[in-house]
Amino acid sequence: MADSTPKIKILKGAEPDLSAATFQIHDESHTLGNALRWMLMKNPKVEFCGYSVPHPSENHINMRIQMYDNLSSLTALLEALSNLDDLCGTIEDAYKASLATDPIERWDEQS
Amino acid sequence: MASSSSQLPSSVFDPRRHVGINHERVTNVSSTDYPGHYPDEDHSWNFVKFKQKLAVSVKRLSQRSVEFDLVGVDASIANALRRIMIAEVPTMAIEHVYIWNNTSVIHDEILAQRLGLVPLGVDPRTFEFRTPSDAPTDRNTLVFRLNVACERVKSAPRGSASAFTHEHVKSGDLEWVPQGEQAAVFADKPPAPTNKEIVLAKLRPGQEVEMELHAIKGVGKEHAKWSPVATASYRLHPLIVLNPAKPVPPHLAHKFAKCFSPGVVRVDPSGKVSIDERHLRKESMSREVLRHPEFEGCVELKRIRDWFIYFGNFFSRVLMSVCAVNVESEGPYAPEEMFLESIKVMRAKIALVREAAEALLAAPDSEGGVVVSADGDVEMENT
Repeated sequence: MADSTPKIKILKGAEPDLSAATFQIHDESHTLGNALRWMLMKNPKVEFCGYSVPHPSENHINMRIQMYDNLSSLTALLEALSNLDDLCGTIEDAYKASLATDPIERWDEQS
Repeated sequence: MASSSSQLPSSVFDPRRHVGINHERVTNVSSTDYPGHYPDEDHSWNFVKFKQKLAVSVKRLSQRSVEFDLVGVDASIANALRRIMIAEVPTMAIEHVYIWNNTSVIHDEILAQRLGLVPLGVDPRTFEFRTPSDAPTDRNTLVFRLNVACERVKSAPRGSASAFTHEHVKSGDLEWVPQGEQAAVFADKPPAPTNKEIVLAKLRPGQEVEMELHAIKGVGKEHAKWSPVATASYRLHPLIVLNPAKPVPPHLAHKFAKCFSPGVVRVDPSGKVSIDERHLRKESMSREVLRHPEFEGCVELKRIRDWFIYFGNFFSRVLMSVCAVNVESEGPYAPEEMFLESIKVMRAKIALVREAAEALLAAPDSEGGVVVSADGDVEMENT
């Protein structure tokens, strides 16, 4: 089955300059939705950000972003995505460092 | 538990990091570190600050489980990585079962379902995903054969326990059939079930099963058989704060200590109680202490909102709980690799969304910019 659904759609009702818009992200769930919402809310130029899973059997999330000063919500979304990627990279490096240097209790697990 | 105990840094006593645990409710659950929440404080995203505050520390490791601390991230991030470990880290599992013969008492579909749940010790990173339209190839399919017949052993003494051969069809009876380049790729570690002792069916003399099994790569959100973990969970680090203004009466010190997990509360010979910070993480947070009126006001129970103690346990699925044997080979991922895989999946997801968002930015009127009504009704010409 060819999946032709676009990954992101902008839902009806968005401002023409995208200073307020709802993005429908296909094939994503709370996993990315909540993390992205948190990162967008860390942006002081974001007036409001929230997401919802409209229906459990529909495989998408709706992410609403409203900006101050008529800034573009799409730019804010991109910025949040790149910040989130930096965050993941940092956690990855810290975990690898801990694995290599920390004193880890190794134990034999009997089933 | 020597290495899993540690002295707490003083920053854990910052009340903003605390989740209150009260008699019948929890308080201050939501994080408040957003811009605009506190006047004249900057809580906007700061990568340098985040990097300084982040602390990751692997505590305990066995062949099948891992425990580590992740300190300094929001619950949304911690939860995303936990969810990915359960539902989106790929593994290999049997998906297609071609049954040539099955004269056992267990029905075809039940046996096929059981076979699907057998954990396979093969690295999923060496395989590609196979969509229903794809043809099976050596890059996306792993083939096993199960060919077992039960027979009476003529020479067995009367009433002996093992009068039959193959009384049980076990996961160890799966024979790997190398396809194409697989024989060379997996030469040093042939794919096989991680546990050889899982009973799949029981046979009597004259009964047999004969089938071909195709394992493909998948993720746990499609079917739990592809979930690489048995559990992946986190809890918040407990914190017990004694009230210096109202010390525990010395004659009740031992009763007080018994309200907590062993080792958490120390009582010195004079009857003075103190908290052993090295063992605080073992506290079960039973809230027993809050039931006794004589301790009212002596102590506050809390959790640290951004200190996540992860626990991941691997491969003890439903089928395996019935048999207690030692597992010789590990699962598809070493326990310590699991978290790294989840980060990898998370970054792949981010990259996918970013690609789409960039395309939208470049050409807002292209396909991605299709405007649909908010209730999800899509016009037919779009499909």
